[in-house]
Amino acid sequence: MKKKEIIAMLLAGGQGSRLGVLTTHLAKPAVSFAGKYKIIDFALSNCINSGIDTVGVVTQYQPLQLNRHIGIGIPWDLDKSYGGVAILPPYVSKESNTWYTGTANAVYQNIPYVAYYNPEYVLILSGDHIYKMDYEMMLNYHKKRNADCTIAVIQVEPEEASRFGIINTDEENRIVAFEEKPKEPKSRMASMGIYIFKWKALREALVLSEANHDDSDFGKHIIPYLIEQKYRLFAYQYEGFWRDVGTLDAYWETNLELVGLVPDFNLYEAYWKIYTKNEILPPQYIAPGSYIEKCILGEGTEIYGSIYNCVIGSGVIVEAGAVVRDSILMSGVTVGEGTRIDKSIIGENTCIGKGVRMGEGEFRTNGEYPQIYVSDITVVGENSSVPDGVSIGKNCALYGQLVPEDFPEGRLESGSNRIKEEVEQ
Amino acid sequence: MRALGIILAGGKNERLRELTYKRAVAAMPIAGSYRAIDFSLSNMMNSGISKVAVVTQYNSRSLIEHLSSSKWWDFGRKHGGLYVFTPYITRDSSLWYRGTADAIHQNLSYLKDSHEPYAIVAQGDAVCKIDFNRVLEYHVEKRADITIVCARMEQELHRYGMVEVDEDNRIVEFEEKPVDPKGDIVSTGIYIIRRRLLIELIEACAKEERYDFVSDVIIRYRKQKRIYAYLHDDYWSSIASLPSYYQVNMDFLKRENRDKFFREYPTIMTKVEDEPPAKFNQGSRLSNSLCSSGCIINGQVDDSVLFRKVFVGRNSVVRNSIIMDGAYIGENCIVENCIVDSKSRISDGSVYITSGQGDIRVVSQKEQYTG
Repeated sequence: MKKKEIIAMLLAGGQGSRLGVLTTHLAKPAVSFAGKYKIIDFALSNCINSGIDTVGVVTQYQPLQLNRHIGIGIPWDLDKSYGGVAILPPYVSKESNTWYTGTANAVYQNIPYVAYYNPEYVLILSGDHIYKMDYEMMLNYHKKRNADCTIAVIQVEPEEASRFGIINTDEENRIVAFEEKPKEPKSRMASMGIYIFKWKALREALVLSEANHDDSDFGKHIIPYLIEQKYRLFAYQYEGFWRDVGTLDAYWETNLELVGLVPDFNLYEAYWKIYTKNEILPPQYIAPGSYIEKCILGEGTEIYGSIYNCVIGSGVIVEAGAVVRDSILMSGVTVGEGTRIDKSIIGENTCIGKGVRMGEGEFRTNGEYPQIYVSDITVVGENSSVPDGVSIGKNCALYGQLVPEDFPEGRLESGSNRIKEEVEQ
Repeated sequence: MRALGIILAGGKNERLRELTYKRAVAAMPIAGSYRAIDFSLSNMMNSGISKVAVVTQYNSRSLIEHLSSSKWWDFGRKHGGLYVFTPYITRDSSLWYRGTADAIHQNLSYLKDSHEPYAIVAQGDAVCKIDFNRVLEYHVEKRADITIVCARMEQELHRYGMVEVDEDNRIVEFEEKPVDPKGDIVSTGIYIIRRRLLIELIEACAKEERYDFVSDVIIRYRKQKRIYAYLHDDYWSSIASLPSYYQVNMDFLKRENRDKFFREYPTIMTKVEDEPPAKFNQGSRLSNSLCSSGCIINGQVDDSVLFRKVFVGRNSVVRNSIIMDGAYIGENCIVENCIVDSKSRISDGSVYITSGQGDIRVVSQKEQYTG
């Protein structure tokens, strides 16, 4: 009988609301990273590099861009006749017609997909982390210990620990306790949200948890249940680079780390390549009279102005006289002549006019969304436009086709927002 | 589209020196991330031709590697597709292709088994953008037997096939590489011809043991058949010599050429590689240069074309040069007016400059080994 030893379920349904206007019309895994990539590329590339050729991508929030990006999986070699990548949106059935209500519920609703491949093991991943990891080594570890569930863990700083699911183990790395976002963490071992299960054990737990909870979740229900029932759970120590880019600050910092001389997260190693959907674009062009230092640039980008300490996507144009510093310009952005941009994140295909000043002045707390916009980074969403000549402060959020009338006296003070919803995709 | 395509990519070219010791001319790297054949392939694809055969012989491995999957050009369809024809041995023949006409003759079943009424024959080393639908319209309108796409040239006319036309653009004279060139119209080596007529002419050719498409078909039949010139009034270049290869690459430093080929729909397609973004470290200075993905730049680069994965070390200067895939240039080097072959290693402190103006030096891996 045809079967796969292991298949992966990639949870890519989350909004990532703390990324503010960047995720207005796209899910967090579809947000760009390191210029030409999307956040989900890292998990997908890890899968194929680890020899896992069957991946179910569970989507829910704004899946259009994610669908378009993944397609039939050609960039990751996941276009296969048996296996490959499948996109799994919520669906209507006889018994239920609900959205995915939790991470485990999402997998529960896709039990038929998993069962079709009759796997021995199932790898659960989330599509919103930046890392390179060989899941095959984790699988070997899992097999060696005859585990029912193996959770990848990473050491975090004590003050950060309360943001994660924290794991306590015995001396043999067997998990004895799991606490989701504990107030007083008992260890520094944080779950990375990467699990390998024996499919049999997972299936039982999913069915049972579904009967008892409306929002069946891995961290809240499945893992505690398995521990309680004395299943064999082990922690797999991961020591490489791993980042959760869930906040604007973390997103900005992790991107800018890449421009370092030899960054911790090295995209230039021939081994363990990261794949993405590549548009066919000409090489990067740097014009006479331009200036470029400490930057990475995607294909088809043309620089006529000056850029310093920037992460720049594909097909970007920075016109003459423009100065961009400490910023992230995603693919397809255009920056007009004489514009000055400091410490900003500009979403895909956004057009910044001529003579704009962005990221100027003093930091001020964001009036409307003080929880999302907490630093001095100004953020412009995708497919937006900013008119010529306006001046924009720090810690602002902008979205939509903005016109000069949106900027009284041509200004937007630090900590203010201009968010227009009606945007044509 | 009512035509199938044949791309002739078999030729040997000594004038590109070391660069074609191991490469087919059609596989020569162009404009940072393309190869010569991408232009003909894309022109066919973009004109709606879904069935294309690439005929290759000399150093075919490099080309076959590039064409490893028809996915990249969207040729992987149920109808049509991309075929690569290399010489092969059968019960009746065990010969290499003895010429372009012979190459088509040895693969005549491709033409015989097809149903498209027309065939378009193109060259694997032509850099141009052309809509074959318009050429075909012209061909039908002129009730031509053969239509040759022609271009006007000013220099080096003796290198081309020269064409003389009457007031209706019918070709009255055709001379290959003339000693004494007349006029300024040259053949680009792109032909449209009815498929059945092509079969007929190629078979007649083979019967008489003639093997060359230009001299044994075009020139031989120039009076008997209605052969018309279609003037392509736009960029066209072949990469037949080292200076022309160098110039074609440098032409892409002009924005209008990049826009024409790579931004105005439909664009030229190529095999995409999965290289990370180009990286410009502290100390990098660039001006008027193309710099492809996977490059890491620590030094100065002026008026140059850098292909993928090129490394330029600190305090090095690259000027007026073409640096091919994966070349490594160490620290404190000077590379001027050079074409550096792919994967060449230039060690710290090396100087590669040329003596005179317009002189181009080819630096290849081999030169490094022998010192």
